[in-house]
Amino acid sequence: MSSHVAHHFDDASQQFDAARLGMWIFLATEVLFFGGLFTGYAYYRTLYTPAFIEGSRHLDLVLGTINTAVLLLSSFTIVLAIRGAQTDNRRATIALLAATIVLGTVFLAIKGYEYSVKFEEHHVPGASFSLGETHDEAVEPRHVEMFFALYFGMTGLHAVHMIIGVGVVAVVCVLAWRGHYTSQYYTPLEITGLYWHFVDVVWVFLFPLLYLIR
Amino acid sequence: MNNVQLPKRHYLNADYNVWSWLLSTDHKRIGILYMISLTLFFFVGGAAAVLFRLELMTPGGDLVLSETYNKLFTLHGVIMVWFFLIPSVPTVLGNFFLPMMIGARDLAFPRLNLASWYLFVGGGLFTVWAMLTGGVDTGWTFYTPYSSTYANTRVMLTAIGVFVSGFSTILTGMNFIVTIHTMRAPGMTWFRLPLFVWAHYANSLIMVLATPVLAVTLLLIGMERVLGVGVFDPNLGGDPLLFQHLFWFYSHPAVYLMILPGMGVVSEVITCFARKGIFGYTFIAFSSLAIAVLGFLVWGHHMFVSGQSVLASLTFSFLSMLIAVPSAVKVFNWTATLHKGSISLDTPMLYALGFIGLFTMGGLTGLFLATLAVDQHVHDTYFVVAHFHYIMVGGMVMGYLAGIHFWWPKMTGRLYPEWWGRFSAVLIFFGFNLTFFPQYLLGYLGMPRRYHVYPDEFQVLNVMSTAGASILGVGYLIPLVYLIWSLRYGKIAGPNPWQATGLEWQTPSPPPTFNFDETPSVTERPYQYSPWTPQTAPPPEPELAAAETTSP
Repeated sequence: MSSHVAHHFDDASQQFDAARLGMWIFLATEVLFFGGLFTGYAYYRTLYTPAFIEGSRHLDLVLGTINTAVLLLSSFTIVLAIRGAQTDNRRATIALLAATIVLGTVFLAIKGYEYSVKFEEHHVPGASFSLGETHDEAVEPRHVEMFFALYFGMTGLHAVHMIIGVGVVAVVCVLAWRGHYTSQYYTPLEITGLYWHFVDVVWVFLFPLLYLIR
Repeated sequence: MNNVQLPKRHYLNADYNVWSWLLSTDHKRIGILYMISLTLFFFVGGAAAVLFRLELMTPGGDLVLSETYNKLFTLHGVIMVWFFLIPSVPTVLGNFFLPMMIGARDLAFPRLNLASWYLFVGGGLFTVWAMLTGGVDTGWTFYTPYSSTYANTRVMLTAIGVFVSGFSTILTGMNFIVTIHTMRAPGMTWFRLPLFVWAHYANSLIMVLATPVLAVTLLLIGMERVLGVGVFDPNLGGDPLLFQHLFWFYSHPAVYLMILPGMGVVSEVITCFARKGIFGYTFIAFSSLAIAVLGFLVWGHHMFVSGQSVLASLTFSFLSMLIAVPSAVKVFNWTATLHKGSISLDTPMLYALGFIGLFTMGGLTGLFLATLAVDQHVHDTYFVVAHFHYIMVGGMVMGYLAGIHFWWPKMTGRLYPEWWGRFSAVLIFFGFNLTFFPQYLLGYLGMPRRYHVYPDEFQVLNVMSTAGASILGVGYLIPLVYLIWSLRYGKIAGPNPWQATGLEWQTPSPPPTFNFDETPSVTERPYQYSPWTPQTAPPPEPELAAAETTSP
């Protein structure tokens, strides 16, 4: 029996199944966790449709699109990294994990730039909120503020998940470099990949809801 | 009986130093850690109840101020719901026995299990500290705007404590589901699983799917408080009713977290002490899942008078009636199990029978509350208080005590004193009914909950309730004393004092660190009491064989 099988498991495949199922269940809790914010979004978008369209027009569609591409690419690189472990190609695994970290960081940097622009434009909800020039004169600024509250809440929670993801990928990258993973044992890579795809999928929903439906 | 001895090596004497407990990844030791911390929280929450029951002896507000009164019932609610009832059976008995019942050496993720205890105790102590030093007056439901615009107490700190301990619940649920899926011993098919395991499976589904919604709701409250975002504030374009929807989307399923594991215990105990196979195994198993699923579809019945649309209220009323069906399925099957059984009224059985009676009453009054017209009359009165205490205390606490007594010999290797056990079970039953039955009447007569003064004509019933509460309090203290006493002076139990059939009884008491010397191989359905056939043959060990012969 291999040394990486914990005492309470019978064999490696039982351990692998347990870890993967555990991650899937964790992701189910994450769906419900984000679900509260999506419910809030759906509710207030129905109540204040024109204001939400107005708010959406204040977001940078080009940067949002670039970020979507960056994230989708990072999901591709992490899949190839796992493929690298399955084929015992350690160099490829390390390089592709590093690429995933870079892409994740680029995403966060662009998001940070978008946030800083919003700060300068006083689009952050709170006492100093101001809408500036509007496309639709009739909208109530307070309702656009609700859009931005949800924008910051949802993308902020997503960004927190991204930061954790980059950290976890960095850890497995170091472990891969130390030769922890082989085609016989790559469970941590597999479940890190699942998490990374989940965070990616959340963005796939956020992008159209916040940037595209105008 | 003299030749029965404790096994030489077991999980309790494997190691003695403090770190071997505080850093243990053994599910049995973690279960014990949970039991100790839960007992502490239970008596803190109970002390708050003693204070406000004393206050309610007289119609005037002469013991505490109204603010203090609000903080007391909030303290009681928060502690009892999140730091006793929800974790009670799963984290103590589930942790200890779920792996043993399916023939596993541990839960799938032992380190996560330990981490969840730290999250639980950390969150719990933080909450207790926040509530004792500053207090919270919102009630356990944290309704806005009490918790947002008009909050003047430590709402945020308390919410953080509850938020943190929520992760403990999620990790426990996740651990149980994975364990049941992947760690079953050879031959332990899904329909050979004890019903305790089925109940925990359904319960864990609620844990992992509902708890994150509470987390995000508390996060939104935090955003409102700290960042000034008005998601629930009408002045800023928000809607306070959205809070109630999100909160009850979690909290109604959470009500089933406070009953399903108790139902699991009762299914084990009833069949063992009736010496008869369980009636309708498949129905009981699937009714647990049905409760878990339907539990997510009834949250709107908390908002019948909050401005919800009539159509929504009608739908939620219908669905709430529907969930009575799987609950009734269980009660009828337990009753049918008793029919022509050879019943012995040992302590666990007394608690289990108490559970069935009190749960039935709590469930039936739930139907009153699910009826739109009746709810208009009794909404937010003591009728509601009595209803959910019949479920949570009459049901879940009874179930917990049934389980603690049933498995105490397995956990400690020693028997509790049977006479005292029966005495306190009966005392708790009477104390409970004297406390809460008058509250049904009070609510029906129109006394609203959460007020510390009331009209004079309600005094007699309130005094009865307070008298009952003091009997109940004594009833809870007696087991605390004799169970601790039995650790040293109790009779040695032997591996299977109840002649039960589950895998957990086919190993020494207390069990060895890895539960079984050899992975058991399951050959039988559970609950074959007549003739008695355990789920696996006991291992042929000399000291164990000696113990077997002493069984009645």
